[in-house]
Amino acid sequence: MTTTNAAAERVGVSDAAREVIEQLKAQHGPVMFHLSGGCCDGSAPMCFPVGEFRLGGVDEKVGEIAGCEFWMDRDQFKRWAHTQWVVDVVPGRGASFSLEAPLNKRFLIRSSLCAV
Amino acid sequence: MSAQVRPSSQPNGAPIHQSGSFAAHLKTLEKKIPLHARYGNFIGGEWIAPLKGGYFDNISPTTGQVICQIPRSQAEDVERAIEAAHAAAPKWGRTAVAERARVLNAVADRIQEYLPFLAAVETYDNGKPIRETNLADLPLAVDHFRYFASCVRAQEGSLGELDEDTVAYHYHEPLGVVGQIIPWNFPILMAAWKLAPAIAAGNCVVIKPAEQTPLSLLVLAELVQDILPPGVMNIVNGFGVEAGKPLASSPRIAKIAFTGETTTGRLIMQYASENIIPVTLELGGKSPNIFFDDVMREDDDFVDKALEGFAMFALNQGEVCTCPSRALVQKSIYERFMERAIKRVEKIRQADPYEMTTQIGAQASNDQYEKILSYIDIGKKEGAKVLAGGVANKLSGDLSGGFYIKPTVFEGHNKMRIFQEEIFGPVVSVTTFDTPDEALEIANDTLYGLGAGIWTRDINRAYRFGRGIKAGRVWTNCYHAYPAHAAFGGYKKSGIGRETHKMMLDHYQQTKNVLVSYSTKALGFF
Repeated sequence: MTTTNAAAERVGVSDAAREVIEQLKAQHGPVMFHLSGGCCDGSAPMCFPVGEFRLGGVDEKVGEIAGCEFWMDRDQFKRWAHTQWVVDVVPGRGASFSLEAPLNKRFLIRSSLCAV
Repeated sequence: MSAQVRPSSQPNGAPIHQSGSFAAHLKTLEKKIPLHARYGNFIGGEWIAPLKGGYFDNISPTTGQVICQIPRSQAEDVERAIEAAHAAAPKWGRTAVAERARVLNAVADRIQEYLPFLAAVETYDNGKPIRETNLADLPLAVDHFRYFASCVRAQEGSLGELDEDTVAYHYHEPLGVVGQIIPWNFPILMAAWKLAPAIAAGNCVVIKPAEQTPLSLLVLAELVQDILPPGVMNIVNGFGVEAGKPLASSPRIAKIAFTGETTTGRLIMQYASENIIPVTLELGGKSPNIFFDDVMREDDDFVDKALEGFAMFALNQGEVCTCPSRALVQKSIYERFMERAIKRVEKIRQADPYEMTTQIGAQASNDQYEKILSYIDIGKKEGAKVLAGGVANKLSGDLSGGFYIKPTVFEGHNKMRIFQEEIFGPVVSVTTFDTPDEALEIANDTLYGLGAGIWTRDINRAYRFGRGIKAGRVWTNCYHAYPAHAAFGGYKKSGIGRETHKMMLDHYQQTKNVLVSYSTKALGFF
């Protein structure tokens, strides 16, 4: 797995995930990510066409991957702040409204402790 | 007196793929119906192929193999189901409560009649052990249909006598057509939680099962299709973005119910806000399970019960919205308690889900399996100590491709991510506390508030914690009981609404007020 962002950046992306993101952009136009919380398919990134998911004052932009903004709930971010992440992709489909599911793929986060 | 089940007319009558242990288990069952290699959507009482002809593979997590094909429905299929529901809604809404209750009871009886078969299918589709589907999922589903049949019979409107000649009458009326999107952790039971109150209240439903576990509700529908009037229950399968969104955002539904995670929960509320319709949401939690020092004051049955309560994190492979995934143990008993608790966890038997002695089965999907392993990884990196498990489990034979993870116990502190996020796997994170105040602070230091457990011999403390924890349910000297007639739902970011209780009828009903004047005199204003 390779990350294109410098290690000091909060969110990186694996080559496999980048490929899927490019595929989704070609299909749906610009996309963005929002990190989910809670049960079932929670604590995993959700990918939507830009404008589909309404961001609010509670959200914080925590980085960019493959040219896409990556957002999460500010309170949730406080609890993740000591870690940094790589968005990866695995076979599966989740049960969410995330765009990659029909490709039988699911984004997930691999984490490590913050280098910064 | 078993009624004849109407033969199905699925798009493809070829048999489903069966693993060795599933096939062997089916042979032992008397009452069953054929399973198919390809299913349709259940719309208006008929089995309908998806209009654009797309299907997706349904995988059994017990083996990792494809077992059947499921419609990959699109907006047109959802529209058709909503149409069928609207066609049925006026009549069903006017149907006498006695008749609605009879139908729900008949559904319950049919599930009961085929219970071991449905349990076997549920295990194949979801991965959970046959012991649980037989003893928990299916009996609870049966009881929920019976419970709401009873509730709707007993429900009354009200009248307020405003003055001698003026009366306010309040009637319960169905909402009409409602949408429901259900999760994959208890596919039939979560369907029952949502279908029973909605149908009892006189609504017609369009329900979308989770794409990981679509099979068992379709099999159930085939079993009850001669009982439910056409169009009362419509099942549309597919992916969230393709079928879930058209359902949740449809201007032709009067309410949407969802169980899942927070981002999709917000999206569903966003769609509902466009149509100005109500939502109920159950979005999970990070439930604390608190063990006070007095638990160990004696060495009796109660200690044994508390230790079982600790091990409950492994129930359903931890795929429960209220998984007791944070254990808070009072420092003065920590060593003694944990020594026994770990022994208890190490005895948990993970094996072929079709053996009645198996206590933990497969995670529901590959992506869930991968996510849990990624959390075990960050737990280790954060410096949490692995006290048990911490690795995947490879079973043999047919099951070698399945998604098995060993029950895992971490020791750490509440600021670690493994203490703050619902891993939805058989993973518990344990920490200690000195004083009750500290326990309460840790328990409430979470974004969520769905469930909690407290274990103590002191009734005053039990009362204070029962009221002090900001969660919708506080199990007191028990855990993981889900009886009908005990309200279930979340505080904080865990959601909106209360299921499994008669108050859920309100979430599926309008209140009609008829304000009547029996006076013949003008008011005198004009």
